[in-house]
Amino acid sequence: MAKYIVSSSPHITSKTTTQKIMLDVIIALIPATIAAFLIYGLYPIFIMVLSVGSAVLAEWLFNLITKRDQSIKDLSAIVTGMILALNLPPVVPFYVPMVGSFFAILIVKMLFGGIGRNFANPAITARIFLMLCWAGVMTNFVKPIDLSDGMNLFSYFENIVNIKLPDAITSATPLAAVKEAIAGGANPAEGLSALDMFLGRIGGSAGEVSTLAVLIGACYLLVKRVIDWRIPVLYIGSTVVFTAIFFANSGYVGEYVWTYLLGGGLMFGAFFMATDYATSPKAPLAVTIYGIGLGFLTVIFRKFGSMNEGVSFAILLMNVLTPLLEKIVPRTFGVKSKWITNSQKIKEFFAKLGKKNKSEEKEAQNG
Amino acid sequence: MKGQFLSNKMAIVKNGIITQNPTFRLVLGMCPTLAVTTSAFNGLGMGLAATVVLICSNALVSLLRKVIPDKVRIPAYVLIIATFVTMLEMLLKKFVPTLYSALGIYLPLIVVNCIILARAEAFASMNKVGDSILDGLGMGLGFTCALTVIGFVRELLGAGTIFKGSLGSLEFGITLGSLPDYSLGILVLPAGGFLTLGLLMALINYIGDKNKEKKDKEHQEKLKKALEVAHEVEKSNKENTVKEEA
Repeated sequence: MAKYIVSSSPHITSKTTTQKIMLDVIIALIPATIAAFLIYGLYPIFIMVLSVGSAVLAEWLFNLITKRDQSIKDLSAIVTGMILALNLPPVVPFYVPMVGSFFAILIVKMLFGGIGRNFANPAITARIFLMLCWAGVMTNFVKPIDLSDGMNLFSYFENIVNIKLPDAITSATPLAAVKEAIAGGANPAEGLSALDMFLGRIGGSAGEVSTLAVLIGACYLLVKRVIDWRIPVLYIGSTVVFTAIFFANSGYVGEYVWTYLLGGGLMFGAFFMATDYATSPKAPLAVTIYGIGLGFLTVIFRKFGSMNEGVSFAILLMNVLTPLLEKIVPRTFGVKSKWITNSQKIKEFFAKLGKKNKSEEKEAQNG
Repeated sequence: MKGQFLSNKMAIVKNGIITQNPTFRLVLGMCPTLAVTTSAFNGLGMGLAATVVLICSNALVSLLRKVIPDKVRIPAYVLIIATFVTMLEMLLKKFVPTLYSALGIYLPLIVVNCIILARAEAFASMNKVGDSILDGLGMGLGFTCALTVIGFVRELLGAGTIFKGSLGSLEFGITLGSLPDYSLGILVLPAGGFLTLGLLMALINYIGDKNKEKKDKEHQEKLKKALEVAHEVEKSNKENTVKEEA
């Protein structure tokens, strides 16, 4: 007699595991890492090693102390560490990524119950935490290294423990230039080269400067179907639309659109951070609101906020909103929606009110 | 008899400080808790100010509990509390102007502090004067401890100082070397207030759960032993009856 396995549903299983998905994300982050190395030398790699190391250490220690099963094998701590490092300015003191990783893993992830239960993307929350702790360090962006200029791959290593980094090596990011243009009413694209911004030869966070590298990684994720394509498409699309709306009167709509697309962390945030499984919605309507909300908030923060960049704050806010968006349930077929019944009631109410008024008027006229 | 009387009174005070700590257990009075605790000194000042008002208002509410009609009790309580807050505000303004300016709007807002109103409603309006005063003392000290701890953590990590403040011309507090350069500035910001409060509350709940588990285990072990003894007694009884029959 043949052997039959008797089990409850689901009967179709997939070989996908958390570990495999995280490995895919790590592979997708490699182009951005290589770009950071090519643009800023070895320092960002050093920061990444510190960041990943302390993230894994934090998770291991937490599991050890609270006597849980070790969860570092699912590679998610490595992904968090990598994303955090790519989110930091290329040159920061050594303790910044360590504090950030510990905050991301211990407070945002493990204290809320580990992977899948974090209320917001750990890396983005840690970045904002660091931003509010050491604003000076976190907005200090260095120039890309130029080997012909006498700078070597080990440049910037003398700044490891320096809390206040020297001004000489800093450079303005494209978004800072755009911010000045908003205030002065000038052309935002003046002095900016689209090719430089696409390749990454600008000041900015280590992983986000090279749009090309980010897109290569994003393509890998989309082909492997690791991330939901709707979120980045809606996010980037709505950013374009809202930029056009908010800058309609400026006279430089096109310039604002492409500087906002290529400068700053929009691409990196849209593909690698807004798509986090635990903190992004799944239902179509919720995803639409999520994506459009991200774009709207990003443009609002960039145009009206006191900081140049708004991607991380937008993602954090929409992450927190996700549980509410998930509550939007499609209407049951055949049942009148609350909106319709409520509007009917309102109509009836006003109709009654109108009749009353008319009869009162008549009485007044008669009187 | 006298010992029991004392332990009863101690239980009222302990209830306010630990079992029903207004900040960490009842989660009352969050507005001053989050806003004022940027330093341990401010937290301590706020806590003591609230304690004074709490003791006085509890005493007066308890004294008047048979006079105040039920329908207008809340306005009456607010009036009593507001009187004491106004007095305290004037005293602080005269004698501790630095603390007065640090507490700012949150000092007059003690009037609507949930803890004070809640204790007037839940305890002082039903109990005798002595007990009400002790309850006010316990709750006030619990509030003070909580605010000081939160303020201490936020000040240490957020500004790199310990108990820095000034009373008149007297300056005190320790600045920890070059720590202020490296401190986590977010903790002194409003967001840091929520962060610190949440983490401390989680820690206290964790310790509470652990203690409860321990007690439950001890209780269960006692039950097991009692059961075993009962079984043995039953067995020996049976054996006895068998022997007797034989």
